[in-house]
Amino acid sequence: MALPELKHSTTEARLAALDLPTGGCLDVARRAALSRVQTMGLPDRRDEYWKYTRPDTLTAVEAPAAAVFESGEAAMFDGFDRLQIVFVDGVFDPDASDDLSLEGVSIERLIDLKDKDIHWSKDIYGVLEARGQIPVERPLAALNTAFATDGVVVHVTGTPSKPLNFVYRHGQENSDAILHHVIKVDSDAEATILENGPAASRFNHVIEIDIADRGTLHVVRSQGRDHERRAATHMFARLGQESVFKSFTLTVNGVLTRNEAVVEFLGDDAVAHVAGACVGDGDFHHDDTVFVTHDAVNCESRQVFKKVLRNGATGVFQGKILVKEGAQKTDGYQISQSLLLDDDSQFLAKPELEIYADDVACSHGSTSGAIDEEGLFYLRSRGVPEAEATNLMTLAFLAEAVQEIDSDEIAASINDRLYGWLARRG
Amino acid sequence: MLEIKNLHVKLEEEDKQILKGVNLTVEAGKVHAIMGPNGSGKSTLSYVLSGKDGYEVTEGSATLEGEELLELEPEERAALGVFLAFQYPVEIPGVGNMTFLRTAVNAQRKARGEEELSASDFLKVVREKAKTLKIDAEMLKRPVNVGFSGGEKKRNEILQMAMLAPKMCILDETDSGLDVDAMKLVADGVNALRDEGRGFLVITHYQRLLDHIKPDVVHIMSDGRIIKTGGPELALEVEHNGYADILAEVA
Repeated sequence: MALPELKHSTTEARLAALDLPTGGCLDVARRAALSRVQTMGLPDRRDEYWKYTRPDTLTAVEAPAAAVFESGEAAMFDGFDRLQIVFVDGVFDPDASDDLSLEGVSIERLIDLKDKDIHWSKDIYGVLEARGQIPVERPLAALNTAFATDGVVVHVTGTPSKPLNFVYRHGQENSDAILHHVIKVDSDAEATILENGPAASRFNHVIEIDIADRGTLHVVRSQGRDHERRAATHMFARLGQESVFKSFTLTVNGVLTRNEAVVEFLGDDAVAHVAGACVGDGDFHHDDTVFVTHDAVNCESRQVFKKVLRNGATGVFQGKILVKEGAQKTDGYQISQSLLLDDDSQFLAKPELEIYADDVACSHGSTSGAIDEEGLFYLRSRGVPEAEATNLMTLAFLAEAVQEIDSDEIAASINDRLYGWLARRG
Repeated sequence: MLEIKNLHVKLEEEDKQILKGVNLTVEAGKVHAIMGPNGSGKSTLSYVLSGKDGYEVTEGSATLEGEELLELEPEERAALGVFLAFQYPVEIPGVGNMTFLRTAVNAQRKARGEEELSASDFLKVVREKAKTLKIDAEMLKRPVNVGFSGGEKKRNEILQMAMLAPKMCILDETDSGLDVDAMKLVADGVNALRDEGRGFLVITHYQRLLDHIKPDVVHIMSDGRIIKTGGPELALEVEHNGYADILAEVA
């Protein structure tokens, strides 16, 4: 079926401004992805899946300008023992990065694959993204697969001694970055990936994660504090038997963020937790869109999303748990909550359950509310001034999401960031 | 220490009068107990003194060492030396107990123009006080009251009281939800804080707490007023005969 005229012209204009990288083992995947984009068309506001978030600045030819934010503070995860992989405006910076060799993991640049006709990543690159297009289309992810200019392909074969830290620096105020990573976790292997920074004025980010039986992957992201930055991110995860996948995303500031997570259980007894905490003030629109598919027995999924909104900020949550026929003993949990610090802010939530198995436990809840008055009074009665008590109660509200991070050290650093943000706004 | 005169209070939302002229003076160094049937206004009195929202004072005053409390914010009252041990201590996930205690102690010191305690000095004091209340390091690390048993929550209240060293301690049904051993531990904690410069107002339904925290004066409250005041024997009378006789006597 032909695309509507406006969608067609938007899509064509965007595609015309991009160069399709060629050469090597990913050619087929890139061309197939381009074809997907052409068929689907880029999203516009008439699309049901974009009902609450306007995609026009994400699909426009030019990235809207975004000033580079200088906090003067240490970057997130500074001080952690980690292997840093630095991208500036979406381009790998070898000088700022650490040596990419680490026991238990192999790390290669995506663009180095153009000289290779055979590579393991061929079985994942664009493959998980393409699976994730059904039943809901995610054209920005297909655009990414076709045109990604950089990224890393990571093969976790053991248990690396430290986390990999993808650092996304923002250098130019009109930069437009398209990064695509592939993470393959072998059986019984375990790794942690930390991501931080705004990456660019506009960031299109895809990470495809394939976890083999009994493998474990932790992902903790912090999306950068540049006020005018925009981001559309997609996380595609495919889980084998008894594997564990845990992700947490912190978002402070940013004019527009759409974070999609697509999780698919293919092996039995696996666990996936997808969590996020965001705090927004004023011109801030944050959208978490999550789709979890249970296609195996006795798997546990948790979606925990908390949003603190003030001065007209908007939060969106679209979360779905799909339990396929035969996916018995599924334990699915989904909670999305917003703390509205004034009457101007809004939270739009669309929680969905679709269940075709009869022996499952699935629950979902979504709330919007103000600060807990009982807790506030309790703290104030101990002498804590109102503003500080409000901040502590705000941290308390976010705690359920932050607690999804297994590492106490990382969770503490996330809490520090959140508290800093709150304290600055007094 | 604490002087309450002709205190009239109504609920803001329901236009319902709860306190109908309470007069009460708690002297420094003394323990006063307030007993009374459900709905007599005991807990309301404790909330109004500590500054909870939702109550409107229509008449009367409450002063601590001559300073009017009722105009002040809860944190200002705390800095002056008012402390309420809650009947139902609130759980605050994501905020460590130790962090909370230190924030509170230093906020009060700052409000009084005193120097803040250093991390190491604070740690030393809190460990020592926690030990006597059988609060272990794990409980200090955990988020405030989250996953605490009823007894642990009440012990945590007393630990806060010990750390904040208030002048006027108000205990709202501190015995509720406690077994005998837990109650004794809490009472020991309170007794250790008895001091010539400190007043106590102990609100309770039952005499049994007063076996452990011996009051100097006992008040009976009913329908928003203090209807009878006496010595410790008054609590025993209530224990044996209930409130009916006293209510009939003053009616």
